[in-house]
Amino acid sequence: MAMIGLWILILLVMIAVGAPLLAPHDPFAQELGNRLQPLWSEGHILGTDSLGRDLLSRLIYGSRITLYIVGLVALIAPITGLLVGTVAGYVGGWTDQVLMRITDIFLAFPRLVLALAFVAALGAGIENAVLAISLTAWPPYARIARAETLTIRSSDYISAIQLQGAGAMRIITKHIWPLCISSLIVRVTLDMAGIILAAAGLGFLGLGAQPPSPEWGAMISEGRRFILDHWWVAAVPGMAIFTVSLAFNLLGDGLRDVLDPKDSEK
Amino acid sequence: MTLLDVENLWVKFPSRQGVFEAVRGVSFTLGRERLAIVGESGSGKSMTGRAILQLIRPPGIVTADQVSLEGVNLMQKTEREMRDVRGKRVSMVMQDPKFSLNPVMTIGQQIIEAYRLHNKASKSIAYEKALSMLEAVSIRDPKRVMRAYPHEMSGGMGQRIMIAMMLIPSPEILIADEPTSALDVSVQRQVLSIIDTLVTDRGMGLIFISHDLNLVADFCDRVLIMYSGRIVEVCDAKNLHEAKHPYTRGLLNSLPRLNAPRKKLDVLSRDPAWSEAPSVSGRV
Amino acid sequence: MTMLTIENLCVWFGGGRDRVDAVRQASFNVKRGASFGLVGESGSGKSTILRAIMGLAPNWSGRISVDGQPVTKKRQKAFYKTVQMVFQDPYASLHPRHSVDQVLSETLHLQGFRNIDARVVKLLDDVGLGGKFRFRYPHQLSGGQRQRVAIARSLAAEPSILLLDEPTSALDVSVQAEILNLLTDLRSEQNLTYVMVSHDLSVVGHMCEQLAVMKDGEIVEIMDVETLRNAQARHSYSRELLAASI
Repeated sequence: MAMIGLWILILLVMIAVGAPLLAPHDPFAQELGNRLQPLWSEGHILGTDSLGRDLLSRLIYGSRITLYIVGLVALIAPITGLLVGTVAGYVGGWTDQVLMRITDIFLAFPRLVLALAFVAALGAGIENAVLAISLTAWPPYARIARAETLTIRSSDYISAIQLQGAGAMRIITKHIWPLCISSLIVRVTLDMAGIILAAAGLGFLGLGAQPPSPEWGAMISEGRRFILDHWWVAAVPGMAIFTVSLAFNLLGDGLRDVLDPKDSEK
Repeated sequence: MTLLDVENLWVKFPSRQGVFEAVRGVSFTLGRERLAIVGESGSGKSMTGRAILQLIRPPGIVTADQVSLEGVNLMQKTEREMRDVRGKRVSMVMQDPKFSLNPVMTIGQQIIEAYRLHNKASKSIAYEKALSMLEAVSIRDPKRVMRAYPHEMSGGMGQRIMIAMMLIPSPEILIADEPTSALDVSVQRQVLSIIDTLVTDRGMGLIFISHDLNLVADFCDRVLIMYSGRIVEVCDAKNLHEAKHPYTRGLLNSLPRLNAPRKKLDVLSRDPAWSEAPSVSGRV
Repeated sequence: MTMLTIENLCVWFGGGRDRVDAVRQASFNVKRGASFGLVGESGSGKSTILRAIMGLAPNWSGRISVDGQPVTKKRQKAFYKTVQMVFQDPYASLHPRHSVDQVLSETLHLQGFRNIDARVVKLLDDVGLGGKFRFRYPHQLSGGQRQRVAIARSLAAEPSILLLDEPTSALDVSVQAEILNLLTDLRSEQNLTYVMVSHDLSVVGHMCEQLAVMKDGEIVEIMDVETLRNAQARHSYSRELLAASI
């Protein structure tokens, strides 16, 4: 099952990369005479939206935006979490307390509420959306990293390198990080679905990618008005979001089976 | 009289790198005696003990001509039937009580559960039985121990509790897998003497699995030495120090001895012929 | 020529009501080139003494002197060039993601050596492991091989004193013999001083010339190995221990 997830994601990346070649139409080209065409219409396999734009092309270009958001968050959140968690876990004492309380503060915010607040303060747009999502996504990684660090810290091999005069920086980066990475990777892939949904949610509320950008969440929002008679305008991007989220979940499950047992084996 | 008859026991584990044979053609009988199975790690001694109780799960494959408990072949029993055998007729005590006692149940609860699994008895009768069993393993304050949790017990106490639990259904055979390896030296003697008393008083058969040659020479009647899944030598415990097989001699000589100091210890050089040679039969 | 002096060493964990005294008023001396044993049962404090010497125990009092110099609360780098430790569990003392080469190179680098490559080769040679083990990972090594790597790591700094915490307890009997022989050879080749902790009297009797018997954090008796062999131990606990070991 994990392989299915992987293939879907590889497909997604290929589509995003090859968007100019694959999209039959310009995603921004409006054809007001051709509005709300149903599926399997002439020249528009997935139909058109309320401004006559080809849904398939918008879907294809939208994959780029999705990958952009997901990719950025997947880098920022775990790395921030790793830094905070490992330093807190290794150094202990006041540093640990302060860092963990800061983590708790961010953990207390529901994702969309913080994003709303952020965007209200800084204005709408993709970059701000990414920042907002990352701010709520990093705390769990910090917790995981800290828990792993606490376990590892008391091991003989850490004592051994301390006895050679190694400093905290070296121990954290060269000895502790390699051991935390696999659980973080598993967590990231499983988190992806949530991140995509959050991005789509922000787009839906008009806070993420701005029109006429073909972001999938924004597309669902636009299609909301027509859902009774022209359901495909909202359903098609919805299916895309569903498929990609499912793919990440399957991949994450598979990765966990591969990475975790070896770790617990020691 | 023969309690257990094992003939041509094999335990195999298929893996991506081929089939790993943990136990290769082991045969022995057990009467009302103390039989030791000695070997280093990887010799297959623990696997033999587990195979007798059919505790080896797939992908492990266990085959034997027979593993007969008083004439009844255990190899042909279903899992359900084996559950009647385990604990009731053949019991096992393992190495570290930390890992074999349930940490979230009190000791009393666990012993009572063990008893009621095999006997239809009310809780109060089971409680009295548990108390008397704890006294039999020289635990001085059994009521307090019944209320305590496993982590509050020392290693020696934990092991004695394990023995109490395992002997409460009065099995005919006890398999002890390195029961004293995790214990301090002074406590080892205590636990061994308890096992000794119980086994003798009840006329049980004992299979004692260990890596410690000197320990079994003192404690057991007969010794089987295993190497690489096979039995390489069988001898009486009192004659252990005159063993003939080069592996046994090698093991004996590589031990440091207080009363026979040497500059350097003899190092065992393994002869591949030892694992090729067929298993020596331990059947009497 | 005394290499290591321990005077009235006390080590404790926790404070106030929860204070546990792991070591109480321990005192002993170890001469240069000698091998000193610490025996006792679990909880006797023997391993804690080693950890306190290395600076791995946070709360201690008393005096520890190495080669005449008292040690400071926070160990200096020079200390780690003189004293090194081999841990008990070979399965836990090597980083699971670092190859043998990485372990030794990093150690040599931290100790300030330049010709790292040549030294790695020599270290592996000294402990009886050939070049083919150099790029292996711990899970590809047996217990005895891992312990050899741990010994190589401790020798990288060219120390004078090696603290050995039950180095062979987790190993098979035949492998134990190899490691003990290796330690004997290294001691005579490099004129090392050993402090060896064990619960096994026969191992200590083989490796050490003098030993201290510990019970509940206190040293109850210090004796020569001859006294041990002739069963002339004076303290009742030592006699008990001896009787249980034979």
